[in-house]
Amino acid sequence: MSSPLVEVRGLVKYYKATGFLARKAPPVRAVDGVSFTVGKGETLGLVGESGCGKSTVGRTILRLQDATAGSVFFDGSDFLALDPAALRQARRKLQIIFQDPYSSLNPRMNVGNAIAEGIEIHRLAPRAEIPGRVAQLLEEVGLDPGYAARYPHEFSGGQRQRIGIARALAVEPEFIVCDEPVSALDVSVQAQVLNLLADLQARRGISYLFIAHDLAVVRQIAQRVAVMYLGRIVESGRTEEVLARPAHPYTKALLSAVPVPDPETKRLRIILPGDPPSPSNPPSGCAFHPRCPDPDKDERCTTERPVLRQIGGIEVACHHAKVNR
Amino acid sequence: MSPLLEVENLRITFPSSGATSRPVDGVSFSLSKGELLAVVGESGCGKSLTALALLRLVPPPGQILPGSVIRLEGTDVLALGAAELRSIRGRRVGMIFQDPMTSLNPVFTVADQISESVRAHQQVSKRAARARALELLQEVGIPDPVERLDNYPHQLSGGMRQRVMIAIALASEPELLVADEPTTALDVTVQAQILELLDRLRAARGMAVLLITHDLGIVAGRADRVAVMYAGRLVEEATTAALFARPSHPYTKGLLASVPRITGTVTRLTPIAGTVPPPTAWPSGCRFHPRCPDALPRCATDDPPALPVGEQHRMRCWLAEAGQR
Repeated sequence: MSSPLVEVRGLVKYYKATGFLARKAPPVRAVDGVSFTVGKGETLGLVGESGCGKSTVGRTILRLQDATAGSVFFDGSDFLALDPAALRQARRKLQIIFQDPYSSLNPRMNVGNAIAEGIEIHRLAPRAEIPGRVAQLLEEVGLDPGYAARYPHEFSGGQRQRIGIARALAVEPEFIVCDEPVSALDVSVQAQVLNLLADLQARRGISYLFIAHDLAVVRQIAQRVAVMYLGRIVESGRTEEVLARPAHPYTKALLSAVPVPDPETKRLRIILPGDPPSPSNPPSGCAFHPRCPDPDKDERCTTERPVLRQIGGIEVACHHAKVNR
Repeated sequence: MSPLLEVENLRITFPSSGATSRPVDGVSFSLSKGELLAVVGESGCGKSLTALALLRLVPPPGQILPGSVIRLEGTDVLALGAAELRSIRGRRVGMIFQDPMTSLNPVFTVADQISESVRAHQQVSKRAARARALELLQEVGIPDPVERLDNYPHQLSGGMRQRVMIAIALASEPELLVADEPTTALDVTVQAQILELLDRLRAARGMAVLLITHDLGIVAGRADRVAVMYAGRLVEEATTAALFARPSHPYTKGLLASVPRITGTVTRLTPIAGTVPPPTAWPSGCRFHPRCPDALPRCATDDPPALPVGEQHRMRCWLAEAGQR
């Protein structure tokens, strides 16, 4: 493979505890050493349950939050180390769309101005051409160009997500972090937005980091997938391989818990006990061991933290993972 | 066998300035003892209001229109006085909601809240009620139930809160449990736990369940029958096996085609065009006709009644007639 567009290395984000007993409390290890690459025109799905740190990864690599450690290589330099002037230039190429576009759109700014804002800031078009660009962008995301004069509250959830996408596209990015972009949408609308994202990628060659909790959605859009548990990647590889032959017991359980709209499908049902643990007090050894149903689980799992290793075509962090089980 | 619950021509109106809103508009269904009926639909279809109406909990200014009928084992629920209504609410019919945090009282312990429900329906001492609360916590599978009795809701995870809500609902040994999106706010691995719990309780107690959900995946392999709701009406009703084997209403087909799958070949999703109309402006004729790929000219003007498409399988669509010819 040619060199990746984005390379994240050893990303760490700790949150200090705040409040009365803050000095005694351990930090919350939201992201605890995450590395991955995203190729040009590729989608990497980042999957996990609430609190696993997947959204923090997305926000940290775009410097919406400061990383505790790690680097993000983009265009030959470390994005996390850029000075303010260089950052401003580079930011244009890295964009984000959120789960709830309503909270990221200014309610008092009409849609046309919201989309034009980025074009103006980065001086991507002469002033006179901006309305034409905005109309083009609205059309590209499947909205009527006449909507430019309307305000966010006049739109449905699906339409707002299209506006959020148009706004990200306005600055011609090469990489977009999609943070749960369809999880607030009804299924019929979710399908529209997933198709739109796929079309944009095919047309513009954009790369996505697609953050989601729904494995079926990730399978639909991502060529590769990384599964996170408590601040770390526990398994990654080509989506088809990981989902067809998951090697980590957590991935297996996650997969078996996906509801399938087909009563004929007979599947292995793995019900994990308990809840995901707290990142302020992660279990010793393998963070998954208190919930792990694997019969091979042993002493080592409770004391030694497994590192990612290659098994078949995928990477997995489990002492007992085997090929093709 | 006479049904446990019968709903006939349920209509709910919300007075608003200008257009009248009728989010539920002529819903009829019945539910037998011990049966699980799933009502499936997207946001705004009226499924949650239908559930609330069963216990006369429609929030004001909403009103159940005259002519609507709700019978619980022959008792006309809509004609009951306040005292008689209390003998049904939470007693013969229990209810659980999407977000247990907003239904639990933050300043009372788990034991207080379950005991309250026990004592509201049975004349027992506080000590006996607390003992019963412990039994219920064990029944719903809360780890360390003795310690959990004295916890407050904020000390519990989302999954445990939902278990507590279920314990409260079970305290009165209801014949019918209305579960309104009970797992929507939960992570998939926790959703799997709660669904398994509901399956187990239903089998053990012979309790009927009305499951309100947007997720066809949790319906398959669980519900006895399914009713699909669109724009304030049931558009298709069938046994679960028949609905998934022969989905007949174009809306049901559209929903199924929109869902990304976890198995099989990944193909482009087929979304339903457009968006759900607002309840102030239901379309004329068949309410789905503006989005329907199979609409006939008459669909714009003539409202289809529920027509048979097979044994115990009906839909509100003129195609049912065409199919019979």
